[in-house]
Amino acid sequence: MEALQSLAGGFGVALNPVNLMWSFVGVLCGTLIGILPGIGPALTIALLLPVTYKLDPVASFVIFGGIYYGAMFGSSTTAILVNTPGETGSLVTTIDGHRMARKGRAPAALATAAIGSFVAGVIGTAMLALVAPEVVKLALLFGPADYFALMCVAFVAVSSLLGSSLLRGLLALFIGLALGLVGIDQQTGAARFAFGQLDLLDGIGITVVVVGLFAVGEALYQATLPRAGGSTVTPLDGPARMTAAEWSRSWKPWLRGTAIGFPLGAVPAGGTELPTFISYQTEKRLSPRPEEFGDGAIEGVAGPEAANNAAVAGVLVPLLTLGIPTSATAAIMLAAFQQYGLQPGPLLFGTRPDLVWGLIASLFIGNAMLLVLNLPLAGLWARLLYIPAPWLHGGILLFAALGVYGVNRSLFDVGVMTACGVLGLIMRRLDVPLAPVIVGMILGPMAEVQFRRAVQIAQGDLWVFVTRPISLSLLLIALALLIGPVLWRRARANAGSKA
Amino acid sequence: MTKIVRALLAAALGAAMAAPAALAQDQLTIMAPAAPGGGWDGTARAMQEVLQATGIVKSVQVENVAGAGGTRGIAQFVRRSGDSKQWMVSGLVMVGAVIANKSPIGLNDVTPIARLTSEWQAIAVTPESKIKTMQDLAAALRANVAAVSWGGGSAGGTDHITAALLAKAAGADAARINYVAHSGGGESLAAILGNHVTLGVNSASEFMPLVEAKKLRIIGVSSAARIPGIDAPTFKETGLDVVIGNWRAIMAAPKLKDSDRDAVAQLVDRMVKSDAWKAKLKERGWENNYLPGPAFAKFIADEQKQVGEILAAVGIGK
Repeated sequence: MEALQSLAGGFGVALNPVNLMWSFVGVLCGTLIGILPGIGPALTIALLLPVTYKLDPVASFVIFGGIYYGAMFGSSTTAILVNTPGETGSLVTTIDGHRMARKGRAPAALATAAIGSFVAGVIGTAMLALVAPEVVKLALLFGPADYFALMCVAFVAVSSLLGSSLLRGLLALFIGLALGLVGIDQQTGAARFAFGQLDLLDGIGITVVVVGLFAVGEALYQATLPRAGGSTVTPLDGPARMTAAEWSRSWKPWLRGTAIGFPLGAVPAGGTELPTFISYQTEKRLSPRPEEFGDGAIEGVAGPEAANNAAVAGVLVPLLTLGIPTSATAAIMLAAFQQYGLQPGPLLFGTRPDLVWGLIASLFIGNAMLLVLNLPLAGLWARLLYIPAPWLHGGILLFAALGVYGVNRSLFDVGVMTACGVLGLIMRRLDVPLAPVIVGMILGPMAEVQFRRAVQIAQGDLWVFVTRPISLSLLLIALALLIGPVLWRRARANAGSKA
Repeated sequence: MTKIVRALLAAALGAAMAAPAALAQDQLTIMAPAAPGGGWDGTARAMQEVLQATGIVKSVQVENVAGAGGTRGIAQFVRRSGDSKQWMVSGLVMVGAVIANKSPIGLNDVTPIARLTSEWQAIAVTPESKIKTMQDLAAALRANVAAVSWGGGSAGGTDHITAALLAKAAGADAARINYVAHSGGGESLAAILGNHVTLGVNSASEFMPLVEAKKLRIIGVSSAARIPGIDAPTFKETGLDVVIGNWRAIMAAPKLKDSDRDAVAQLVDRMVKSDAWKAKLKERGWENNYLPGPAFAKFIADEQKQVGEILAAVGIGK
């Protein structure tokens, strides 16, 4: 009850017209940078810090919250329309979202992403307001062994992302795992696969690979297609909004995505990508039409898009309750707090309730604004597909190169992007799926570092993975997911042959 | 006649030659060899604000060149030889990174101007930890150095160096320390709070909010004298002879003329003595640790030696 009262006070702060305006500025900026591949919310907030320093703290956090959520909304737009995730959190959305767009259901895909993001954002923010202290206690229980077990679950879960051919999917996954190895090893400081290049010491940037494989690769691929046949894209087919059937197929994935995204965002190594993988797998398993996945299943957009937004709310839990940043964006927001001489943590709720509850209230308002901003735009964005492919992809190439160069001002990165573009072209030609590359790049290093930390802390004792209850249960879940379907099919076949 | 022309020409040339020195006060670029948001970036931006607000330099640009612990930045920076309008933020982390990355270019290739600030390191434990004091820690390290796991930042960074120096000072084998590297302060704080590691090593300021909330206890700090506001002894007081701060400094481009170098040092000196800079330090929680001139050059040499030895002991940069 106390929380509700404080929240009411927070709305009092956030609904002040000036803060409403800043919230709008934030969500607009966020949506735009979400759409631009390469530029993410962390960089944007870092660059805005010196500017917002002149504002009062509430206003600047209202802007930052808007940017963070807005980026998640915006990134699904490019994922669906041009098969390029604006942020890695929307990677999974490309699989079914872009298929939907090609079948003329772009507005429905955009709408289910926007509404799902809104539902998840609102529920996630409510949970942030009400149960943050309890959630963070659970999150801290997660040790390295448990994270490794969680990664095992994720690796099993991505099997549904590998596409129709297991061999091609694994090939792509291993390319990603190999790319993820490049750079300084976190535990020992040793350089791996850097070939003496300073530019490779920090590893290959994931956004560089995403933009290269998806945006540049797609543009090159389109360029190699015969022009006369015209585009395979059907810009619009059917109503420019979601049909009743699409609504009824979406609402459960929205809620399940939220339930998966929020806790995984709150654990200190979760991030926004991992929950989307698990959500996608869950939806595919639960769907009565698993064969549609990969060919435009709306659940494959609704679930992951809800999951990544809920994860954003989750990331704010350790940030606000303990002052612990668990993502790059959260780290920059922490720096922003410190710029005002404020320290997020248990004491901040007591010392600056106006700020904390104002921020939380403005997150609700920002989510509502994003929905209002994005729903009408869904039909409009979809018209982008009417732009002739050469122009559209020419524009995408320009923005991709600018975005990648802008992040580190490194021509080397532009070179890596181009190389990944060529790789993307070859993979498309050979019908090798792209998403597993990024999955490997994200999960591989995380699994490795957590495994090594766990073993190192246990002084080489491998039993650590089965003696901890959380780790053991997660490993059992992974095992069940891996061999369960096989056993189930066997049992059914046996029953069938007996009958 | 020709004499007059010559004299005029000489005067014009002289004016042209003198002009760049005067311009040094008008504009300036400070490279932060790291991404926006970190300590080096913060130092560069704080300098930018203070230099402009006090009118010491009219226009200051901050340039971020991130990567490889600053070695990517310094590799670009040395190309700006002889240009007194090019400054770069540097610090202890770069000393370590140059060694760890076997970078051919190091701090000896630029012009040292002054050390500006230090952030002190601290050792923290949870209230339920068996280790209550630095003496407990030293005893545990001597009993079995690998059984004590340290949660801190990147391998070869300030936290790692601190841990290794402490183990060595306690009489344990620094090469066998069980140091668990994390990618950022947040991740390591979570591991410490969750009791997944024995103790945490980080800058004291990062621990303070959790100390105030009574979720962590600081048992020792790395400064030479006690830090006001922190109820913990220095390492030295507890018998572990380790003093180490995460210092940050300002460097100028290589091969400056002596007169240019002195001019740069003067600008920095005016900035450090301004009230605006003192206010900035207070706001950021940085300790003023100003050390200009030849003393700073000697300090760098000492740090390179100490860091080099300890990193070699833990097997980094081999």
